[in-house]
Amino acid sequence: MEVVDLSVTGKTALNQRLHHLAHHPGEAHWRVLNPDGQHSLAVGLDAPITVEIAGHAGYYCAGMNKQATVIVEGNVGVGVAENMMSGTVHVRGDASQAAGATAHGGLLIIDGNASARCGISMKGINIVVKGSIGHMSAFMAQAGTLVVLGDAGDALGDSIYEARIYVRGQVQSQGADCIAKELRDEHRAELASLLSQAGVTGVAVDEFRRYGSARNLYSFHVDNASQY
Amino acid sequence: MCGIVGLFLKNKAMEPQFGPLLAEMLGVMTDRGPDSAGFAVYGEKAPGSWKMTVRHDHAASVAAALAQAIGAPVTVTARDSHSVLTLPETHQALAREWLAANCPEMTICGDGRSIELYKEIGLPAQVADRFGLRAMAGSHGIGHTRMATESAVTTAGAHPFSTGPDQCLVHNGSLSNHASLRRMLIREGMHFSTDNDSEVAAGYLTWKMAGGATLAQALEAALTDLDGFYTFVVGTETGFAVVRDPISCKPAVMAETDDLVAFASEYRALTGLPGIAGASIFEPEPARVYAWEHA
Repeated sequence: MEVVDLSVTGKTALNQRLHHLAHHPGEAHWRVLNPDGQHSLAVGLDAPITVEIAGHAGYYCAGMNKQATVIVEGNVGVGVAENMMSGTVHVRGDASQAAGATAHGGLLIIDGNASARCGISMKGINIVVKGSIGHMSAFMAQAGTLVVLGDAGDALGDSIYEARIYVRGQVQSQGADCIAKELRDEHRAELASLLSQAGVTGVAVDEFRRYGSARNLYSFHVDNASQY
Repeated sequence: MCGIVGLFLKNKAMEPQFGPLLAEMLGVMTDRGPDSAGFAVYGEKAPGSWKMTVRHDHAASVAAALAQAIGAPVTVTARDSHSVLTLPETHQALAREWLAANCPEMTICGDGRSIELYKEIGLPAQVADRFGLRAMAGSHGIGHTRMATESAVTTAGAHPFSTGPDQCLVHNGSLSNHASLRRMLIREGMHFSTDNDSEVAAGYLTWKMAGGATLAQALEAALTDLDGFYTFVVGTETGFAVVRDPISCKPAVMAETDDLVAFASEYRALTGLPGIAGASIFEPEPARVYAWEHA
């Protein structure tokens, strides 16, 4: 295991060493000490490695991730795993706004709460939040799955396209074109798989409600003009 | 962009550490606001005495004339471009009146029983050093690092803004209806010394509190009457409060321990606080007022 102490080594040097692994396979297990909320930690990774961040991280942690597993043993700032392509990002604490924004793939697990705009414009990522999520989550979500064990804030799934949202708690309000939908067996199977991947046990899939797009805002229709 | 910080000590024994802690927080927020910086410290208060933090090139001679005019002692503590005039509370209204008439070029940054308020153009660490923040004790206080968007980079345009006794405010964001609010508040008898939108927010809260609202009630009202993006951290003689707009455009993170409550735009600014490893760390919710009061 490689240990990098950010009170000694700069984060650019850390990221460069991790980027090097994309073309020159090497150490598969990294541990980052004293992150102290610094931004852009472990961004742009493209190798099947595990990076543990021993504390709180700042903005855009594990952004653009491919293949790697990034574990944050604390909270993260805005935009964790934004634009992730594949791999896993696991936040043991809370996430700030725009967690998993625009991400195309991979799995984002948040053990605590995520604040506003979780999964905004998500394009294929799977997100499991064990706590609650803030307002405007899954805004303009296009593909992927957002699973929330707690509650969802205002305007959930506003202007949603094809992503699927599962919420176990209360939804404060649904955004434009976001509706509750029937939970069918294919959804139960998907949910069970994601809960298992996120290490959630003792929660029945039937405790969740499914939300998705009513598909009324897809194409311009003059009667919907006020909703765009 | 702008960076804001706030620190409220619950543990009185930590008050001598206040200055170094706030200076550290302010310095870390340089990336968010390198244009100018400022801070307000609620420090020691002597019973019956009133502190005015002023900006003037010859504050000492003005103070001497002031003392003579109001017939009361006025002591001067100079700190770089600012000075703190200390005088009997019973004479503060008279002093303000005399200064307005006889020394209109003197800027009163803030006044009250406890508050001292300093701001300048320049990097936050330099501003903190110029005023000797690290040597200051305090029970609570707020700070700001500015990246100007709505008005010019000037000393007067830097935060915090103080529009009432022992009151101050720092703002990250921009208000959309500050012009109409300013007109309304001027009609109500408020005075503003800059074109800054944040000063209007401070004035609004002063106006509400002058009407009998508590700090928390004034902030609740602000959620309805203020339009735009804002995260505010506000101080009063005994209180400290935080509120974010309903969309939460601007970042905020808080930490609370048995000894303190701290606010910052980013977690990075909190890492030097004692007990941070075991602190409860949370993001303030949109449109919710968080307030703390000293007993």
